[in-house]
Amino acid sequence: MADGVAVARRPRRMKQPAGDRSVLTVNYLVLAFFGIAVLYPLIYVVSASFSSAEAITSGAVKLFPVDANVDAYRTLWQSPAVVQGFLNSLLYSVSGAVLGTALTVLAGYPLSRPDLQGRRTLTVFLLVPAVFSAGIIPTYVVVQQLGMLNTRWAIILPGAMSVFNVIITRTFYQLNIPHELLEASRVDGANDFAFFLRVALPLSKPIIAVNLLFYGIAQWNGWFSALIYLTDQHLFPLQLVLRDILIQNTVEPSQLGSQTAAQLVERQELFNKLKYALIVVGMLPPLLVYPFVQKYFVKGALIGSLK
Amino acid sequence: MTSTTARKHSFLRRVLGCWQLYVMLLPPVVYVIVFLYWPLYGLQIAFKNFSVAKGIGGSPWVGWKYFETFVNSYQFWPLIKNTLILNVYELLALFPLPIVLALALNTVRSKLYSRGIQLITYAPHFISTVIVVGIMVMMLDPSVGVVNQLLVFLGGSPVDFLGNSDYFRHVYVWSGAWQTLGYSAIIYLAALAGIDPQLHEAAKVDGASILRRVWHIDLPGVLPVTITLLILNLGSILSSGFEKVLLLQNNLNLGVSQVIDTYVYQVGLQSSIPQFSYAAAVGLFKSVIALILVLLANWLARRVAKQSLF
Repeated sequence: MADGVAVARRPRRMKQPAGDRSVLTVNYLVLAFFGIAVLYPLIYVVSASFSSAEAITSGAVKLFPVDANVDAYRTLWQSPAVVQGFLNSLLYSVSGAVLGTALTVLAGYPLSRPDLQGRRTLTVFLLVPAVFSAGIIPTYVVVQQLGMLNTRWAIILPGAMSVFNVIITRTFYQLNIPHELLEASRVDGANDFAFFLRVALPLSKPIIAVNLLFYGIAQWNGWFSALIYLTDQHLFPLQLVLRDILIQNTVEPSQLGSQTAAQLVERQELFNKLKYALIVVGMLPPLLVYPFVQKYFVKGALIGSLK
Repeated sequence: MTSTTARKHSFLRRVLGCWQLYVMLLPPVVYVIVFLYWPLYGLQIAFKNFSVAKGIGGSPWVGWKYFETFVNSYQFWPLIKNTLILNVYELLALFPLPIVLALALNTVRSKLYSRGIQLITYAPHFISTVIVVGIMVMMLDPSVGVVNQLLVFLGGSPVDFLGNSDYFRHVYVWSGAWQTLGYSAIIYLAALAGIDPQLHEAAKVDGASILRRVWHIDLPGVLPVTITLLILNLGSILSSGFEKVLLLQNNLNLGVSQVIDTYVYQVGLQSSIPQFSYAAAVGLFKSVIALILVLLANWLARRVAKQSLF
């Protein structure tokens, strides 16, 4: 088939080797296949969440919703566990993003300054625990000793900063804030704080955006720290609620609240529909945010490989 | 002697000269001490008979007791075997594919097409492990899942992918392919973007086909990154995918899905009588081997690829 295309269209340029057209065609097809393979499950889940339970079970849902309705979402909206989990996750994500980014920038900027005494030592000090981490048990004991078990702090604090991000941020500052700029503002009488606040920070919007996104999504997607540190269900992030319902299948009808929810759970096929809607709710926020920061990724990867 | 004091003075002055930078560093350093170094100090729990009442400091030393218990336990070899097979399989299957994807994307002439495919294939990276496993549970369900409906449609019989230990490793690795391939290709795309376009122009003038140019220009261009990443991956071969393994684990596939990390979680935190010391010892055992692998890999990277992390 690929050859057919090559023959049907006469090559415009003499220089173009005959095989290239078919290679390109195969290339486009393979990429399209992979793209569809990645996209299909996502579309299917969204379509199923809007379809009727009967259509899902009978296999009538192939790509687009069948008997479209929003019953599942209405049910979730009335479920205290899901709404509470959503709000908790929002809180953890926003505070985790702000705190993580602040710590990362506060570490990354000074470490990028060649005139900081003991720069190498400090960098090694940060890298050692990143290479050799203590593991979950000693970390758990620390959180326990700090009295943070079963509090929101246990979710936000222990994983607040990533040393890897500090290194990338440091490299960003090294490459993007020329030393001459610092000299110039010194002449104008600016001290380090003033320079950082008025010059360095405004110039570091891209790296701040990437950090916010990275930490925010990590918090939104996290569930394991909640699993080990929390027993109070009112503090559970959405992902942990989802795990209980989607994977463990341990859910009390009462946990989902309203009368309709109880009826849904009683009938397995309706419950499945509810699960699809839960998946959509859980994955939507990161997917909505990421295209806006996507343009920085390749740049970020470049910085990372330059390191 | 005067020169040393003078040097000390000037050092002190240079330190004081940038005191504001140290003030900025204070919060992150405090964070690292509390949440990264304190647990490292707490690792001694692996050598003690820990009791909550006495605390880490007050508990009695027991030496290598828990390490010996672990190495001699009947679970030792199955755990090592499961961990290694799962991670080596993952590495062999998923390491080359992002390179192929990056080369394919790089060859595409239409920017719009290439960007579109990238936008789609990065997306699963941002979806949580819980959701990915949730989607798998739904789609692989023996009765209502799409995959099994397709199997039945094609004349096969439904397969319980998640409840059968034969499929656990394949399900784990290939769902990982779905989730990570696109995003893993980024670093290779960045390396490809750094290749001088004149090389391609010159080769085109000489009549080189696309495949020849990929082979002689693009592949050598990404080789340094490839070697570094491969060696670094070798270093982390004991410790990937803990969360997903834990989520996919059930009593039916425990024989192949119990890896060192999940075992630590099970004996340390999940059981009704948590064995902190024993679990910490197992975790430390793994960390030490992982550290040796990282150092070995770093040494190799420096020698082979002339690149290293530290």
